Amino acid sequence: MNKYNSTLELSGLEPLIVTPESNFVNVGERTNVTGSKRFARLILEEKFDEALEVARDQVDGGAQILDVNMDEGMLDGKEAMVKFLNLIASEPDISRIPIMIDSSKWEIIEAGLKCVQGKCVVNSISLKEGEEQFIVHAKKVKRYGAAVIVMAFDEEGQADTYERRIEICKRSYDILVDVVKFPKNDIIFDPNIFPVATGIEEHNNNAVDFFRATKWIRTNLPGAHVSGGVSNVSFSFRGNNPVREAMHSAFLYHAIQNGMDMGIVNPTMLEIYDDIPKDLLERVEDVLLNRRPDSTERLLDFAETVKGEGKKQVKDDAWRKESVEKRLEHALVKGIIEFIDEDTEEARQKYISPLKVIEGPLMDGMNVVGDLFGSGKMFLPQVVKSARVMKKAVAYLLPYLEEEKRIAKETSPTLGETERGQAQERETGRKILLATVKGDVHDIGKNIVGVVLACNNYDIIDMGVMVPADKILDKAIEENVDVIGLSGLITPSLDEMVHVAKEMERRKMKLPLMVGGATTSRIHTAVKIDPVYSGPVVHVLDASKSVPVAGELISGDRKADYKTQVKSEYAKLREDHANRKEIKHYIPYSRALGNRLKVNWEEKKYVKPSFIGNKVFKNFDLNIIREYIDWTPFFQTWMLKGKYPRIFENETIGKEAKKLFDDANKMLDEVIQKNLLQANGVVGLYPANSVGDDIEVYTDETRNEVKTVFHCLRQQGKKGTGIPNLSLADFVAPKDSGKIDYVGGFAVTGGLGIEPLIEKYEKDHDDYNSIMIKAIADRLAEAFAEAMHAKVRKELWAYAKNETLDNESLIKESYQGIRPAPGYPACPDHTEKPILFDLLNAQEETGITLTESMAMYPASSVSGLYFMHEEAKYFGLGKIEKDQVQDYAKRKGMTLEETEKWLSPNLAYDI
Amino acid sequence: MSRNIKEILKERILVLDGAMGTMIQRHPLEEEDFKGDRFKNHPHSLKGNNDLLSITRPEIIKDIHRQYFLAGADIVETNTFSGTTIAQADYHLEGAVYEINFESAKIAREVADEITAQEPHKPRFVAGSIGPTNRTASLSPDINDPGFRAVTFDELVQAYKEQVIALTDGGVDLLLVETVFDTLNAKAALFAIEEVSEEKGKEWPIMVSGTITDASGRTLSGQTTQAFLISVSHMPLLSIGLNCALGAKQLRPYLETLSEKANFFTSAHPNAGLPNEFGQYDESPEEMAEQIEDFLSSNFLNIVGGCCGTTPDHIRAIAEVAAKYKPRSIEAEKSMVDS
Repeated sequence: MNKYNSTLELSGLEPLIVTPESNFVNVGERTNVTGSKRFARLILEEKFDEALEVARDQVDGGAQILDVNMDEGMLDGKEAMVKFLNLIASEPDISRIPIMIDSSKWEIIEAGLKCVQGKCVVNSISLKEGEEQFIVHAKKVKRYGAAVIVMAFDEEGQADTYERRIEICKRSYDILVDVVKFPKNDIIFDPNIFPVATGIEEHNNNAVDFFRATKWIRTNLPGAHVSGGVSNVSFSFRGNNPVREAMHSAFLYHAIQNGMDMGIVNPTMLEIYDDIPKDLLERVEDVLLNRRPDSTERLLDFAETVKGEGKKQVKDDAWRKESVEKRLEHALVKGIIEFIDEDTEEARQKYISPLKVIEGPLMDGMNVVGDLFGSGKMFLPQVVKSARVMKKAVAYLLPYLEEEKRIAKETSPTLGETERGQAQERETGRKILLATVKGDVHDIGKNIVGVVLACNNYDIIDMGVMVPADKILDKAIEENVDVIGLSGLITPSLDEMVHVAKEMERRKMKLPLMVGGATTSRIHTAVKIDPVYSGPVVHVLDASKSVPVAGELISGDRKADYKTQVKSEYAKLREDHANRKEIKHYIPYSRALGNRLKVNWEEKKYVKPSFIGNKVFKNFDLNIIREYIDWTPFFQTWMLKGKYPRIFENETIGKEAKKLFDDANKMLDEVIQKNLLQANGVVGLYPANSVGDDIEVYTDETRNEVKTVFHCLRQQGKKGTGIPNLSLADFVAPKDSGKIDYVGGFAVTGGLGIEPLIEKYEKDHDDYNSIMIKAIADRLAEAFAEAMHAKVRKELWAYAKNETLDNESLIKESYQGIRPAPGYPACPDHTEKPILFDLLNAQEETGITLTESMAMYPASSVSGLYFMHEEAKYFGLGKIEKDQVQDYAKRKGMTLEETEKWLSPNLAYDI
Repeated sequence: MSRNIKEILKERILVLDGAMGTMIQRHPLEEEDFKGDRFKNHPHSLKGNNDLLSITRPEIIKDIHRQYFLAGADIVETNTFSGTTIAQADYHLEGAVYEINFESAKIAREVADEITAQEPHKPRFVAGSIGPTNRTASLSPDINDPGFRAVTFDELVQAYKEQVIALTDGGVDLLLVETVFDTLNAKAALFAIEEVSEEKGKEWPIMVSGTITDASGRTLSGQTTQAFLISVSHMPLLSIGLNCALGAKQLRPYLETLSEKANFFTSAHPNAGLPNEFGQYDESPEEMAEQIEDFLSSNFLNIVGGCCGTTPDHIRAIAEVAAKYKPRSIEAEKSMVDS
């Protein structure tokens, strides 16, 4: 708490009220092109999605205000500011906090002020250009309803002494309060934080001057606040993070004492004040407080030693000398499998009962892992490795456990029963059944959830993939589990989950139900699943969330409250969903059809493929495919966020990412060398024309016989002028144009032969490698699709013979033509897959099969259509209205109900 | 006049009128009624353009104002909810905006003066109604293009300025920026009002009334009640309040927030309940007054009235209740600076 009684009220979607008790408001600074190279690059390359992620990370990381700065020579700063602020406004989890509009150009600030509904902060204005300009800007800021940062800057320049600081701030304050009538509490001064220990004597008092000026402002300019950019102070120690971190926190400590209540600090560059080693702190404070003439030299000398220490790294086997408990913990935390059998054996002898080993040192070790993961200090690949160690140890103990049970029963049957009874009681407290629902084959995410839960002391029964509802429920009852967890990746799985929930209700079950997977969502769970089951239903966002949720669902004293809480949360979500005023506008399907993409089909170049019909590729060379792998999604699978290869430079996860990458490549080497996985594919190229929203595919060039028809869906959202309502059919010349056009299809897999590998790993309790091989097969399938697309463009259809693109450009999809897949945003209807498979004879030729939910098996498979024209772009269908669904059902010869079921995530109306 | 209303607000709770649309619906009006002589050659349909009736059927509007005043309203709102170039663009009547606002203000002024003359102890006021327009400045209408905006801040300021100039020319006492579903729209309206005040060298008391769109407790543009309050507090408002979307009962928690946090007078003009399955509002005057009595006895409010579905009967019932209670008092100069 500071002693200056002044409140600053700001708002995003939610209020931020800075009171004297608030201590210090942290401003997120990564969405600033001048401060973050990465953000600058994202904005310059117009990668706004990723730029928004930067903003979201700031908010998630605890930023209370978001600083946005677009001052970059290569940018149209005004346009970039408007664009980014408008995008932020559409992201409620970002726009909930207030914005700080940061620019040295007034026109950019004003453009920003026109985009933000909340009360923001302008950063900054000053007397630099004279009083007149200052007054004009301040009046405007007030009229737009923002608070303002005033730099200690005037016509003479930036304030660099205590006297200049207070003189300029006082003058600015008087003008603001007396002339502009600016609210006193909305004035924030930035009295300039300058570097210290620069070797230049005049700089020695920089920090002291700032502290004194801060105190003076807070004492003499009522209402006003003080802010600043802290990292400047340690400028001369760039490259020496331990010293910089200590300087930042010591500086903040003193600045806050003197009344600074807001500022820009990188939280990862901040040591805890009390944790700064005393000798370092003394020298840092000598410098900051300018306590002795030689303080700079002393800190510089000391910094050298700190730097040296930081670099020292020794391969450490010391842990082997610790107690067996410590060794087991170390092996679990570090995922070291090398000594686990011998250590487990030693523990078994020490503890006598194998059960005690599990409940004692092994569980203790896993609890450490769980805590570290929960607090973000360990990452998924590490946790999975820990689980592998745990499973190994338990497997080692298993025969002893059986033996113990047998002996106990023989020697003392009554006691044995009691013990078993106790053991069972323990078990029943923590048993979770996991299954991927019927029709779905994707299980990487589910397996990861299983591992994470197992690490947290849960007993996991994993039923695998494509499990029908009755099997799940029978097993749940038979095993007396405490929670059922359902997973699914494709959209039809959503309906299957609703079905499972209905069955649970019909059977009068009370068990909690957790749902997760890529297409699941909190809102779907609330609107569709929760109402059909009276037991608790919870949507789990990702593996890390599964632990607290399971804990609440099972905990004896909290589960009832938790159920009530979740039920009412979902009821409210449902209500909000129903009450939501529809602001999205849709146009009639007939009008959407009329607003199709305009292409001058007369002028287009049409390229006849090198063959008409299908071409099969068996055992495609994995070495070629490997060249096309996009690694970024691979890291996402392992819950490591970042782009390949830059992810390796990431301070927090870089090292783990690199390790994971090396493991993956080692496995890939083996897969290729031993031919463990096979890649089969088929490509079909055919004459085609669009007819309305259908694409007619002809048997041959005579175009007399329609071989098959693909059915496309058209965007129905109301568009701005000149923006078409897209459908894939727009990318093929219409029949009535009289032009001869073509379309292609493909199905490829990289997962043939994966079952024995998975089996082998699972037998070895090796989740790490089991997940790894699936993740690799997924990457191979995607890479195969990419490789095949390139082959089609350059050789088979050969419409881009001279294309030369490296892998990065491929990932960015900078080539001509697209390969959209049924079930993805441009054509979300999975039931187009059988049409495609028939045309390609895909099942026979490649070995890929379709489940009843139209998932491809093996899961590592990709199929889709090819469009060649440069107008063809990926798009999202969005929601569609009933008039189109009716028309679509008629075209496909399906009933309306059936069509609505398959398209349910895309319906703009309730059914 | 402005000092006057501030003084009166310290003494008693003022009553705002009820719905305009509901009352207009009682008259069977056809295309010709809306067009009148003035717009008979207008090439587009004008039926449903209620604001236009101030020009083409002024006697109907005047009668509605009169009924509300006689039912006990202290303030009536001008018939100008859609009186911006942006909202009138739907009818291709951008050119008639000045006339709509000026005439609406003028006839309301006439009725107010007429009733004040009859009851000088109870002066009647006219509030210029400034609606939200039919476009949002901080939301995209195109789901596939979240960065797109159908209207800009500058366009809104321009449109609101035209409306405010005409309303004040026509003689309103106050300005009421109401049914705020997007705070950025409201900020544009406030921006426009301040510019007009500066140009005319005169200030009008400003009421701002937001809309909580659903039970999530947020505006359509996503703000909580308190965030909304903070976002418009840069102007020295006469009052801040809530109207429309919800019935009185559902408004309670949000009015409580405003009443606790706001340094301005507070207002509420809720709907007559939530719409029934036919989309009609059917809360009776007694039911609504009972709910409002709860607000007044909790000391939440200074100004109270009705929105969609309310009638002179509702306002009469509300006025009777309002007379029984003391107004909420704003802590004198709740300055946040302790100097």
